[in-house]
Amino acid sequence: MKPAPFDYLRPATVADALAALAAGGDDARVIAGGQSLMPMLNMRLVQPRLLIDLGGLSELGTLRAEDGWLTVGAAVTQAQALARPGLTDEVPLLAAALPWVGHVQTRNRGTLCGSVAHADPSAEVPLCLVATGGEVVLRNAGRRRTVAAADFFLGPLTTARAADEIVESLRFPLAAPGSGHAFREMSMRHGDFAIVACAATATAERIGLAVGGVADRPTARSWPLAPGGALPPDLDAHLNAFAWELGGDDDQHASARYRRELVRRIGRTVLEEALSCRS
Amino acid sequence: MPVLNPRALNPRAPNPRALNADTRHTVTITLNGRPRSGQAHPRLLLSDFLRHELGAHGTRVGCEHGVCGACTVRLDGIAVRACLTLAVQADGRRVDTVEGLAEANQGRMTALQEAFRRHHALQCGFCTAGILMSLSDWLERTPNPTDEELRDMLSGHLCRCTGYAGIVRAVMDVTGQAIPSGESAHV
Ligand code: FES
Ligand code: FES
Repeated sequence: MKPAPFDYLRPATVADALAALAAGGDDARVIAGGQSLMPMLNMRLVQPRLLIDLGGLSELGTLRAEDGWLTVGAAVTQAQALARPGLTDEVPLLAAALPWVGHVQTRNRGTLCGSVAHADPSAEVPLCLVATGGEVVLRNAGRRRTVAAADFFLGPLTTARAADEIVESLRFPLAAPGSGHAFREMSMRHGDFAIVACAATATAERIGLAVGGVADRPTARSWPLAPGGALPPDLDAHLNAFAWELGGDDDQHASARYRRELVRRIGRTVLEEALSCRS
Repeated sequence: MPVLNPRALNPRAPNPRALNADTRHTVTITLNGRPRSGQAHPRLLLSDFLRHELGAHGTRVGCEHGVCGACTVRLDGIAVRACLTLAVQADGRRVDTVEGLAEANQGRMTALQEAFRRHHALQCGFCTAGILMSLSDWLERTPNPTDEELRDMLSGHLCRCTGYAGIVRAVMDVTGQAIPSGESAHV
C-alpha cells in the first residue's frame, strides 16, 4: 500500500504544468486533491513516472457564477463548493449531491474537477454535471476546448480528455427560475460508492433523470410532462425501459435486478420531488 | 555486464525542476506548533513521514486508502487523511496531530479527550487519534452539532470497538447538549 516511485513537480503556473504534462506524455499524471488518485497510487493501480501537483495554483481556484454558468476551477475542493452560500440557488442539484461525496475529511481535499477527471461511474459530481447539461473545459499547452458532459464520459475511468490535457474547470448551468431538482442515492454505508444514484431535474415542460452506478457512465433521459404539468401517465413504463437500457451487471455489491428496481423506485421518488419543489 | 538504469529505457528526459524519485528531499513542517524537518522521497506518505521520520507515533495507519480515518490529521487546520497526502505536499505547512492536543493544554487532556474517557468513547484506541483530530477541526465550525450531523461526520471513521455510541455521548456532553436518552443505558 505504498506508491511506486515517481518524480514530483510543483509547477509555478498552469503553463508550467501543461508544458511538463506535454513532455511527460503517458508517464505523467496530474494531482490536485488526490482523493481518487492517491488510493490508486497507494494500491499501485497507476504508476506514473512524474506527478504534477496542481493543488497550489491559485489560477485554478476560480469559483464564480457569471453569464448563466457556475465555473469551478481545478483546485476548488468539494468542501469549498459546499460552503459557498449561494450554491443552493445557483446549482441546487450540486448542493444536494455534494454531501454524498465521500466524507467530511475527504471533501476537505477532494476537488470537483478531480472527480470528473477520474470518472468513476458511480460518482456524484459527474452525475450532476451530466444531469444539468454542464461542460468540461480542457486545456493543453496550446489550446483550450469545451466538451459537453454527455460526450466527456466514455466508460469507467475513461474520458475524452487527451493525455496532454488537464480538466481546467467545470461549467454548471445556473438553475433557471421555476426549475426543480432532487438527488438521492443508495449505498451500503454513508460515504460508500453509490449502488444507484439518481439526479432529477424539472422545468415547466420536461422532467429529466440521470442515473449513476448502473451503466458504465452517468446516463440521462428526459420526458415531456403531461398537460397541466403533471408527471407523464406512463412514467413507470419509461422508468422500466430506462432501467433495462442502463444494462447494469451483477457484482459483489448488488444484483442487476436490484439495481433496476432501485432505478424504478428512486427514479420515481426524485422525479416527484423535483417536480414538487419547482419554485 | 553494465547495470541497466530503468530511465535509460525511456527516452524522455526527466523534468529538471521536479523532485527526483530516487532522492530524499528535506521536508519541513510546523508540527504541533514547532518546526520539524525530515527527509522524504516524493512517494512517501505524510502518515509514514510523521511516524517513521519524525517519530510522531500518535497518528495511526489502518487502510492506507482513505477509508478508515485512523490517519486523520489537521493540515493548515483542516482535517485530512495523512495517507492520501504526500509528505512533500505538506512541506512548509502546519500539521497538527493528536500529540498536540494536550501539549497545547498545559500537558493535560483537553475537555474533548476527558469526555472520551468518561463516556468510554474508546477501547483499543486505534481509531481515536483520527477521530479526535477530525472533531477538533469540525467542532470549531459546528459547535452544536445535531446527533444526525455528528453521525454523518463520524461516517468518515471506522471504529471496530465502541459501536460509536460512546463517541456520540462524549461529543454531546462536551458541547453541552442533551445526551440522546436511548444511548445512556448502552455501556
Ligand atoms: S489509513 Fe488513512 S484513512 Fe485509513
Ligand atoms: S476504539 Fe478500537 S477501533 Fe475504535
